[in-house]
Amino acid sequence: MTAAELYQMLRKVQEPKGYFFNQDRARTLDLLEGLLINKKRYGYMCCPCRLASGDRAKDADIICPCTYREPDVAEYGSCYCNLYVSQEWNQGQTPVVYVPERRPPEKMAF
Amino acid sequence: MSEPVKLYALSTCSHCKNTKKLLDELGVKYDVVEVDLCQGDERDRLVSEVKKYNPNCSFPTLLVGDKVIVGYREQDIKEALGL
Repeated sequence: MTAAELYQMLRKVQEPKGYFFNQDRARTLDLLEGLLINKKRYGYMCCPCRLASGDRAKDADIICPCTYREPDVAEYGSCYCNLYVSQEWNQGQTPVVYVPERRPPEKMAF
Repeated sequence: MSEPVKLYALSTCSHCKNTKKLLDELGVKYDVVEVDLCQGDERDRLVSEVKKYNPNCSFPTLLVGDKVIVGYREQDIKEALGL
């Protein structure tokens, strides 16, 4: 599957839930490419902006969409990677700030 | 002599790519290690190294001399570089 195909497939599922891809298409496709790379490496789509442990169970919270997407988009208008954003974020109505890592350090499997 | 600059990154991370791009645009000489491309003991060693500077072990983690910048924070990076 290509990043472009993944884009179309996910978009249909995620937009009705209120999660939109970053309108910066190149960046979005780059991140989706990262997901496909991690799928090949580890067997699951680990977040491209976090280091995978290789243990699916231990990384369950950072398999995209991660469990931190909801609170991050609610608070910052964007997930940690700037992959999923709110409509307001895409329309420039939300200040673009760096989304800090919400994952508790103790969750890290290494 | 300017301070040593070292970047711990992930090859799939867009914030890390933005950080590299910024450093390149600023003409900064730096070492970069992409931890996700390393395996086994090397990877474990790097993870504990990153944790010394950034307990969250998140990326990018940028060292400028003894200063640590976590995340793609353009202003903080420029300030740390004295630019």
